[in-house]
Amino acid sequence: MRFINQTKASSSPMSNNERKRFPRPKRDWTPVWERRFLVGPKMTPDAEKAKRPEDQMSIFAKRKKTFTLVILAVAGLYLISALVTSFSFFEGIESFPKAFIWITTYLVPNADSLTKLPKILDKLIETAFVAVAVTVCAAICSFFFSLLGTNTTKAHPAIARAVRVIAAFFRNVPDVVWAMLLLFSFGQNVLTGFFALFFATFGLLTRTFIETIDEVSSECVEALRATGASTLQVVFQGIIPSVMSVIISWILYMIETNIRASTLIGILTATGIGYQFDMYYKQMNYASASLVVITIVVLVIAIEITSTRIRKVIM
Amino acid sequence: MDGKRETIEKKAHGMTSTAMTAEAPLLEFQNVSKIYDKTTKALSDISFKVSEGEFVSIIGPSGSGKSTILRCINRLVAATQGTIHFDGHDIGLADKREIHQVRKKTGMIFQHYNLVNRMSVVENVLHGRLGHKSTISGVVGFYTEKEKEKAFEILEKLGLSDQAYKRCDELSGGQKQRVGIARSIMQQPRLILCDEPIASLDPSSSKVIMDHLSDINKTMNITCLINLHQVHVALKYSQRIIGITSGNIVYDGPPESLTKDLIYEIYQSNEGELITDVE
Ligand SMILES: Nc1ncnc2c1ncn2[C@@H]1O[C@H](COP(=O)(O)OP(=O)(O)OP(=O)(O)O)[C@@H](O)[C@H]1O
Ligand SMILES: [Mg+2]
Repeated sequence: MRFINQTKASSSPMSNNERKRFPRPKRDWTPVWERRFLVGPKMTPDAEKAKRPEDQMSIFAKRKKTFTLVILAVAGLYLISALVTSFSFFEGIESFPKAFIWITTYLVPNADSLTKLPKILDKLIETAFVAVAVTVCAAICSFFFSLLGTNTTKAHPAIARAVRVIAAFFRNVPDVVWAMLLLFSFGQNVLTGFFALFFATFGLLTRTFIETIDEVSSECVEALRATGASTLQVVFQGIIPSVMSVIISWILYMIETNIRASTLIGILTATGIGYQFDMYYKQMNYASASLVVITIVVLVIAIEITSTRIRKVIM
Repeated sequence: MDGKRETIEKKAHGMTSTAMTAEAPLLEFQNVSKIYDKTTKALSDISFKVSEGEFVSIIGPSGSGKSTILRCINRLVAATQGTIHFDGHDIGLADKREIHQVRKKTGMIFQHYNLVNRMSVVENVLHGRLGHKSTISGVVGFYTEKEKEKAFEILEKLGLSDQAYKRCDELSGGQKQRVGIARSIMQQPRLILCDEPIASLDPSSSKVIMDHLSDINKTMNITCLINLHQVHVALKYSQRIIGITSGNIVYDGPPESLTKDLIYEIYQSNEGELITDVE
């Protein structure tokens, strides 16, 4: 390769006469790939200005001002909310040791509570299975739903926008609020918890899958389209293999989250392990309640470890 | 601007008489324009023909519309105006079925290879058959023994036998591009469209890829239409070069007649502003 880098004036391809007849049009683009190596990036007037020391000073001053304002705002918010709720941070800290002592004296499983272990485990497994079932159902639904919302596979821009709006709606209503809403229609029932988790998971996964599909598979989708593959073939031969590992990783994460969430929602819907805890707690059977907490912690840690393993294998 | 273009076209025209054969062309653009988003004019009033078996390069600056030309042919984008004829199909009027036929007959090779990275090499090659299969057997990835044999034969030819069962993300850039070529040959196409096939490759892999393309063109009689940024590569391999500047064809002729000055016109630069290896 030979680099030609001579001065402009000495080697013009046109004579001056020609140049006048065919004035070269002004262009706003640059033949980048040739120029980049020869001429450094041209500094725009704005960029040059920003380099001047006095402007740099003003940038720092501005940053300082913003920083002070943020601190003041946080302090103000704290004061207002403390006044409204009559919560004192220092009292809160003070009560910590007391709470700790209470936990260690009352919240300890005893022999009596161990007799309840089979029942607790039964409820725990039920809750875990509901969480897994919800996540898997939601994942399958949101995968096919998200295909309508991606830039790579969308049928129509309007449909894609609608899909994104629907996903955003389901995602932005928290699962607990879904549970409260659904209590009205289903009552205290496993279905309430199921749908509450389903909606929240569905919203989050749809949005995530849309992003994943666009990010991971848009290039191979274009290539498969160009070979004449049909949409279904593109989905199964291009998209699914490309995004599978990311999707599984997300499903595992959602299973973890949903097991935690389902214990809480169980308190609301009077089902599963959450309800069991609530009952023992209200009966002041703290030993059994603590056993419930311990089994939940063990389960969550076990799931976490397994899913980390699975992730390592599929990545 | 117009005046200048006319003179160049005249210059070019005098020299191209041999390139234009009398047979009905495989591909014909007639006054094709493409406007993106109602504002960006990517192609303006482009006409050219490509005959069967030709090896044609398209050169031009970034953003001049090279990729758009290729994408209009297999309708990855739809032209705004004008007609495109390919092997008896009118691309502009084609319905879904006919587009499917057109895509089956045209292979495409990309700068970034566009393989399914998590699948094996041979599966990626077999993807070239998807257009020829029923939807369901494509979905589950069912290929006939004959197709598999053919895939291995092609891989052998491209020197990829040892890689056949590797996952594509384990390959080097040059190997990936050869898989891309294998996939498009698997289609048994009439025409291969290459969008900057060597833009991400080192000089020696580039040579391997260009040699393979040239070989395919000669031995299988597959017409090749290639976007290139490397003028010297275009000059070395092509039978014909189309130079395009901001959506207009400013040169269409054999490589021998593409002078330095014409190259400067295509890239709209003065001498000294251009890195080139053309003497
Ligand atoms: N999908 C799109 N939407 C809107 N504008 C587009 C789109 N694709 C290309 N363009 C515009 O059309 C013009 C031509 O683009 P094109 O990609 O065909 O150029 P190119 O010659 O292939 O450039 P390069 O050498 O950089 O690949 C450019 O101005 C570009 O911004
Ligand atoms: Mg391009």
